[in-house]
Amino acid sequence: MRIGVVTFPGSLDDHDARRAVRVAGGEPVSLWHGDDSLRGVDAVVLPGGFSYGDYLRAGAIARFAPVMSALIPAALGGLPVLGICNGFQILCESHLLPGAMIQNDHRTFICRDQRLRVENATTAWTSDFAQDDEIIIVLKNQDGQYVADRHTLDELEGEGRVAFRYVVHAAGAPAAKYDRFASRNPNGSYRDIAGVTNERGNVVGLMPHPEHAIEQGYGPSLDGLKFFTSVLKSVVNA
Amino acid sequence: MGIVVVDVMLKSEILDPQGQAVAGALPRLGFNQFTDVRQGKRFVLTVDGEVTDQVLAAAREAAERMLSNPVIEDVVSVRAQSPEATSRTALSQASESHA
Repeated sequence: MRIGVVTFPGSLDDHDARRAVRVAGGEPVSLWHGDDSLRGVDAVVLPGGFSYGDYLRAGAIARFAPVMSALIPAALGGLPVLGICNGFQILCESHLLPGAMIQNDHRTFICRDQRLRVENATTAWTSDFAQDDEIIIVLKNQDGQYVADRHTLDELEGEGRVAFRYVVHAAGAPAAKYDRFASRNPNGSYRDIAGVTNERGNVVGLMPHPEHAIEQGYGPSLDGLKFFTSVLKSVVNA
Repeated sequence: MGIVVVDVMLKSEILDPQGQAVAGALPRLGFNQFTDVRQGKRFVLTVDGEVTDQVLAAAREAAERMLSNPVIEDVVSVRAQSPEATSRTALSQASESHA
């Protein structure tokens, strides 16, 4: 199973993403932003980082890189694609996923272990989870506030296309004593949305980083591994 | 040399954290009358020759497809700026900096 990881100028987490693919049992393949070829891979990860320095808008310039001219039609044709953080921003800018990302509402960069709820365990990248599983993976970004108009948000929720939500405790919960983001989501995302999927379930994007939670001793859990084992199974079953 | 100016603003219903940061800092300088600040983007596109209708049309398309994201932003204006206006601006800026 060959899973491509695209490197853009300013990508940071491409190495970790390739490592996660390997740990999960797949063969990572490096893809280059300047090539309009996907080298025959079975799935693609758009990794985190700051492609093109986040100039213009996060992901806005990467969206027009040559590799995207191959990726966009392939994704529309069913190729599994996972966008992590900057990769999620690129998928939104490409209109492969609805909505957009703007600056965190509290205006600061954030880096923390974040609890998420799996809201859709039927996508190519989430099938190894169970519905409503709670997982903890790393969240680290400046522009992590997911926004979309009300109609789009209603449609996403109605069609089960919210893949992940930030877990938010009731105000005054014990966790709120030591965690300022216990009783509100960590970036102002509308309806606590952390990740979404397209209609077909092959394209998934999320702000937090599964590739940093795949090995004992590194990261807050091993919960990230299931993203990669899920896609390996979905490719076999396809 | 022709110049096209494109102005892009976040849609009014989208929170503008940068504008809020500026709004929060203005009172420190004694500017208490500004109740809100929204920050936008200006693109200055230069072409060889004059700004024709075709150049303007291309600028509008670039504004819609790349310079703005229609999910969160509006293209407020796309307009030609005369070279005289540009050089006048440059001159007045230069004389101000000498003053």
